[in-house]
Amino acid sequence: MDRLSLIEDNPSPGAGCCPAAQTVVVDMPECPVDGAGEAGLFARDAEDGDRVLSLLIDGITCAACIAHVEKAAKSIPGVRFARLNFSTRRLRVGWQGNDAIADDIVTALGKRGYKATPYAAENVSESDDLALKTLVRALGVAGFAAMNVMLLSVSLWAGSDMAAGTQSLFHWLSALIVLPAIAYAGQPFFRAAWSALRSGRLNMDVPISLAVILAAAMSLYQTIEGGGEIYFDASIMLLFFLLLGRVLDLRVRARARSAAQSLLALRSRAATVIHDDGTRAFIRPEGLLPGMRVAVASGERISADGTLATATAMLDTSLLTGESLPESRQRGEAVFAGSLNIGQALELTVTATDDATLLSEIVQLMETAEQGRARYVRLADRVAGYYAPVVHALGAITVLVWLAFGAGWEAALLSGIAVLIITCPCALGLAVPAVQVVAGSRLLRAGILIKSGDALERLAEIDTVVFDKTGTLTTGVMRLVDPDHISRSALALAAGLARESRHPLSRALLSAAGPITQTVTNIQEVPGFGLRGDAADGEVRLGSRAWVNAEEDSGATDSKAEIWLRDAAGILTRFAFDDALRDDARTTIAALRKRDIPVVLLSGDRPEAVTSVATTLGIDTWQAKCRPQDKVAYLNDLTAQGHKVLMMGDGLNDAPALAAAHVSMSPAGAADIAQVTADFISLGDRLGATIDCLDVARASRRLVLQNFALALGYNVVAIPLAMAGLVTPLIAAIAMSGSSIIVTLNALRLKWIS
Amino acid sequence: MDILIILIGAALFLGVLGLAAFMWSLKSNQYDDLDGAARRILLDDEPPEN
Repeated sequence: MDRLSLIEDNPSPGAGCCPAAQTVVVDMPECPVDGAGEAGLFARDAEDGDRVLSLLIDGITCAACIAHVEKAAKSIPGVRFARLNFSTRRLRVGWQGNDAIADDIVTALGKRGYKATPYAAENVSESDDLALKTLVRALGVAGFAAMNVMLLSVSLWAGSDMAAGTQSLFHWLSALIVLPAIAYAGQPFFRAAWSALRSGRLNMDVPISLAVILAAAMSLYQTIEGGGEIYFDASIMLLFFLLLGRVLDLRVRARARSAAQSLLALRSRAATVIHDDGTRAFIRPEGLLPGMRVAVASGERISADGTLATATAMLDTSLLTGESLPESRQRGEAVFAGSLNIGQALELTVTATDDATLLSEIVQLMETAEQGRARYVRLADRVAGYYAPVVHALGAITVLVWLAFGAGWEAALLSGIAVLIITCPCALGLAVPAVQVVAGSRLLRAGILIKSGDALERLAEIDTVVFDKTGTLTTGVMRLVDPDHISRSALALAAGLARESRHPLSRALLSAAGPITQTVTNIQEVPGFGLRGDAADGEVRLGSRAWVNAEEDSGATDSKAEIWLRDAAGILTRFAFDDALRDDARTTIAALRKRDIPVVLLSGDRPEAVTSVATTLGIDTWQAKCRPQDKVAYLNDLTAQGHKVLMMGDGLNDAPALAAAHVSMSPAGAADIAQVTADFISLGDRLGATIDCLDVARASRRLVLQNFALALGYNVVAIPLAMAGLVTPLIAAIAMSGSSIIVTLNALRLKWIS
Repeated sequence: MDILIILIGAALFLGVLGLAAFMWSLKSNQYDDLDGAARRILLDDEPPEN
């Protein structure tokens, strides 16, 4: 599983601060492919005829790394520019001519210890960037206008003895500054309000837009009529504060999303296609067509669904099905994208992409599951649903009461508009984003990415947690049970035999045995059975019971995964394995129980494996052999009973359940589709991130509610004043900025709340 | 009070200048890599080519 040090800088202890300082020389395997190399596929044309490539660079820790990386790239002849973005770990290089230069660059960086992964820049969304830039530009305009109009407003407030001509000039100048600024900077709100109104809803943007537009229109009317009071300054300041909230909100989410995209981009590798004439070429996975023959090297992930074209293969399908042991496949059987090839190199024929493939079935399940979640209404919009009608009704009542008391149309309307301006939910608009910004950056530091804006709100509401087993509660890596009770010599012999095998049980044996001390020659691997080889004193075998001719009932008969060793003398040794629990699985489950949150385990794995994990962790409710639709059905049952569920899962088979749950979370090593679906991605190996996340979400919710209370309290004071016609432009300006600052300060408290 | 016209004009001109500078910095991606900029200051300049 690829891990990327996106968040924390982790210089390895004792070594230099960065890979270059350790003078690492990485042997690059020779490229076995004719024609263009892998990296060149991701290059694209720039305006000035250059070819430009974006690379994700792993291992950047310090200023020296910037220089090393850029120098390494520029040392390749033909490279015209290389610029590393330290914040995103992305390098942009441009060159003229042949795409083979792209591979030279990757090789050159690799030799200096920086793992460079080319990615398709067009797939990494730039819409966030664009939206952010538009908002910041609007913020700049609003800020400029607010500052300059304040210059005029302060003199208007102070200069009660100002000559009528000067006053009128100041009013016109204010209008000249503010009206174009509102027309430009208000667009994000006007658009959102309009689309909400058109679909028959009320959100915060409606009262905001109404207040801004009405304040500007009323002030313009007063300016033309030559008298009265103007609210230009209040309306533009309102926009400035609200835009600030939006910018902060979008920035945190864009940063989390870009980190998540980097994780995915790192794993989208080119596929090796074998042409009819036997030549091989790299192409991008999305360019694969049905009928193409694809080669998958040992240790690579399969990039497309297909049928196996080689005789046998060993596949690790844990990301797809949750099955913790590898499965063997025969020629002609279906293999699925996302499986890891742990046997020898294999070839497959790509099957029709629109066929009923595993992935399309999963996607279908997800689409139905997601419809439930789309109905979720954000807290702020729910509040707005009550707030907006009340405010608008109050405005109308004010006009009617003033008319009833014999005031003229003009005075009545002015008071009504004053109510709408003073109740503009400036503080309400900041109440949620300000808290989310602080919560988002706090979680980001803890290694958790938030992908959707309302995820924290939904997380705060959960009352049940559903875990997947393989890869979520467990590490997904097999571990030898009781290594102390196995003779050292048998373990050493088995390790000598297993040293070449990629089977997870072999890897587990190797890591338990330590350095290889026994030499075994002529090793052969028979997929599905085991290994054989020649030791100094005769043939040794390692594999299933049948492979070593062990009696069915010999030795222990527990449910654990096992392999057997038969040495030259015919003595049998049994090695049992289990999927190691994550270190903090137990404490996490205990912490959830302390918070009175029931835990459920749903796994696609064998019942024996699931039972043992459930009993170890003390989970009472569990189901094994769950297909994706079973998991969704289980979650839907819980939802029907009124529960709000957090789903934790990492596999392709969990994706529909992740979409169906109230809120969902995936570890960083999860299948692509699970990461795309989940609301949270935890970058570390810690399961405890769930608890951190839950606590932050609940603290955020408390703060958001406090902020709402503060904002409403302000309104309770301000509305009667406005209805009585006592609000002057000065009072409006002070009240609005004051309430905004108070909610922002309250949100900042989240930094220190533990 | 003619001085007011000049002063207001000057204030607005300077404000617009600041806004234009901000827009330029935004457009030329000055805010894309704030961490990188903080660290690049430690790097030596390329020796001038003579």
